[in-house]
Amino acid sequence: MTTQPKTVPREPAAVTPPPSIGSHFRGYLARLRGGDMGALPALLGLLVLCTFFSVIRPNFLTAGNFANLFTQGATVVLIAMGLVFVLLVGEIDLSAGFASGVCAAVLANLLTLQGQPWYVATLAALATGALIGLVLGFLVTKVGIPSFVVTLAAFLAFQGVMLLLIKGGTNVPVQAAPIVAIENRYLPPLVGWLVAAVAVGGYAAAQLLRHRDRSARGLVTDPLSVVLLRIGGLAALLGAGVYVLNLERSLNALISSNRGMPVVVPLLGALLVGLTFLLSRTAYGRHVYAVGGNREAARRAGIDVDRIRISVFVVCSSMAAVGGIVAASRFSSVDANTGGSDVLLYAVGAAVIGGTSLFGGKGRVMDAVLGGAVVAVIDNGMGLLDASSGVKYVFTGLVLLLAAGVDALTRRRAAATGNR
Amino acid sequence: MPETPLLELRGVDKSFGPVQVLRDVAFSVHPGQVTALVGDNGAGKSTLVKCISGIYDTDAGEFFFEGRPVTVNGPRDAAGLGIEVVYQDLALCDNLDIVQNMFLGRERRSGLVLDEAAMEELAAETLAGLSVQTIGSLRQHVSALSGGQRQTVAIAKAVLWNSKLVVLDEPTAALGLAQTAQVLELVRRLADNGLAVVLISHNMNDVFAVSDRIATLYLGQMVAQVRTTDVTHAQVVELITSGRSGRLGRAAENTNGYGGAGTAGAGE
Repeated sequence: MTTQPKTVPREPAAVTPPPSIGSHFRGYLARLRGGDMGALPALLGLLVLCTFFSVIRPNFLTAGNFANLFTQGATVVLIAMGLVFVLLVGEIDLSAGFASGVCAAVLANLLTLQGQPWYVATLAALATGALIGLVLGFLVTKVGIPSFVVTLAAFLAFQGVMLLLIKGGTNVPVQAAPIVAIENRYLPPLVGWLVAAVAVGGYAAAQLLRHRDRSARGLVTDPLSVVLLRIGGLAALLGAGVYVLNLERSLNALISSNRGMPVVVPLLGALLVGLTFLLSRTAYGRHVYAVGGNREAARRAGIDVDRIRISVFVVCSSMAAVGGIVAASRFSSVDANTGGSDVLLYAVGAAVIGGTSLFGGKGRVMDAVLGGAVVAVIDNGMGLLDASSGVKYVFTGLVLLLAAGVDALTRRRAAATGNR
Repeated sequence: MPETPLLELRGVDKSFGPVQVLRDVAFSVHPGQVTALVGDNGAGKSTLVKCISGIYDTDAGEFFFEGRPVTVNGPRDAAGLGIEVVYQDLALCDNLDIVQNMFLGRERRSGLVLDEAAMEELAAETLAGLSVQTIGSLRQHVSALSGGQRQTVAIAKAVLWNSKLVVLDEPTAALGLAQTAQVLELVRRLADNGLAVVLISHNMNDVFAVSDRIATLYLGQMVAQVRTTDVTHAQVVELITSGRSGRLGRAAENTNGYGGAGTAGAGE
């Protein structure tokens, strides 16, 4: 009969030497040279920018400003997380910014103008996002209009929808405490530590279990030392972050204490973990990558390509809804600019700066966070420099160009070394 | 030769509009053998394969699988019978690694989560069972592989599913000498493992190197199905180009005479 896998004595098909720290590191360098840069450009950029701003403006490097980075960058990061899905299948969603605006307007309309409870308004905003994605995805896949055109049309239309929802562009306040808390309240320091501990513990358990399982089955694994190093690195990073966020930021702590992790941080963390899990550990995520890598191959493998393509638009617009809710929380109001002006461009920029390819098939949710951090740091640092909006936009544009240039160059390098 | 063919087609007709691409084709494939399917461009090789794999419906004709009459109404039916096709353009995703590609669309799961370890194990076992030593790490992206390695992955993907019949469409067309030799060796090994293999090729050297039987299509008709050892290189070329060679081919076997078989346009 056919190959009888069970009767064949197992021997590694690959003659690979057992990995050590050294070989692991050399492998990483080889991948870098081969054009697989991963998160490195974004991390380096972040380092350079932070150093630059800290030297020029010492108050960049304060606990208060560090907390500001999260609340300022949250909306862009959330929208960028959704955009990663769309970019992965080689599409684009230009309407994500105003989709977040529409969802925020739905939230504000229900809360303030109709007096609904906050959970009803939140659910309605999220449902609006999902519905928007469904319609966009349907138009792109079933009708066959290029996503660029569909979402450009939606970009224009949503501006109008927003104006209608908030009665001609007035500023509609959002006062529901749970919504306002997302961007304007802080977790007690102890809870902050607890969140970090759960995150590190969960990561460590997942990594160690995986290592043990793979070793037990005789598969090639990363050396234990590297795994431990990763866990230690995450613990150090989160530990330092929580420590700084728990410092007193108020000038006079006796009058009003201002310390702790902004509520939006665990929200970002949970979505980062959840969406990363979805992309890298489930069949759905695998199929998203497959559709982006080779649509015909995915089709022949029996994957419902249209369903996947529609679903990424739903994910993107739903994440835009979350971003819109956070934006409404940040300003405690919704106006005609919510989700407008530079939000979408920053979000696309964040995903690309983080390393997600505009050509499909390559990207991670983490990219949105890293790239979003770069964008937030530029935005924040330029603000501290009292730079004019003009300078800020030019600078951000240049950074985006640089990121896209790095993407293009590494692609060429990768093509030359046969490494994509 | 085993008595019952694994797959037997009788009287298959297929037209695209006014163009009849296959007429009254009989074709049989035996387990443990490599059956080479040869013919000039437009002879109907690819159409025949697509009929076998369920991509095209046939206009007329009977299918027998392991001696039982069956109907194939789509790729899923074919896959259900154990028929896998490795297409010329491979259908691999460059941005996924070898294991991910081999299990694409049929991932192993435990609960919600992909069971990566089990998939990697099974992929390694399958490659080991085919004595493949040329791949390297199973976790490298397919984009980093050479043409021969990619072909190897595509073939291994096809045999992963307890398949009984593997159809290879021009597996060596784009390969260099050494890689061609590797792939042909792999093709031979598939048959030695008991699978029925259909090899479509234009390259007579490849055909004579690995095949047990040769089936020749000429303008949509099956003009000869012979044992490879019974014919010469020159005879097969003659069959391909003119449909006959001595007592082989149309004059000897074909009862239709010169049917004026139209230009078989659909194709490769």
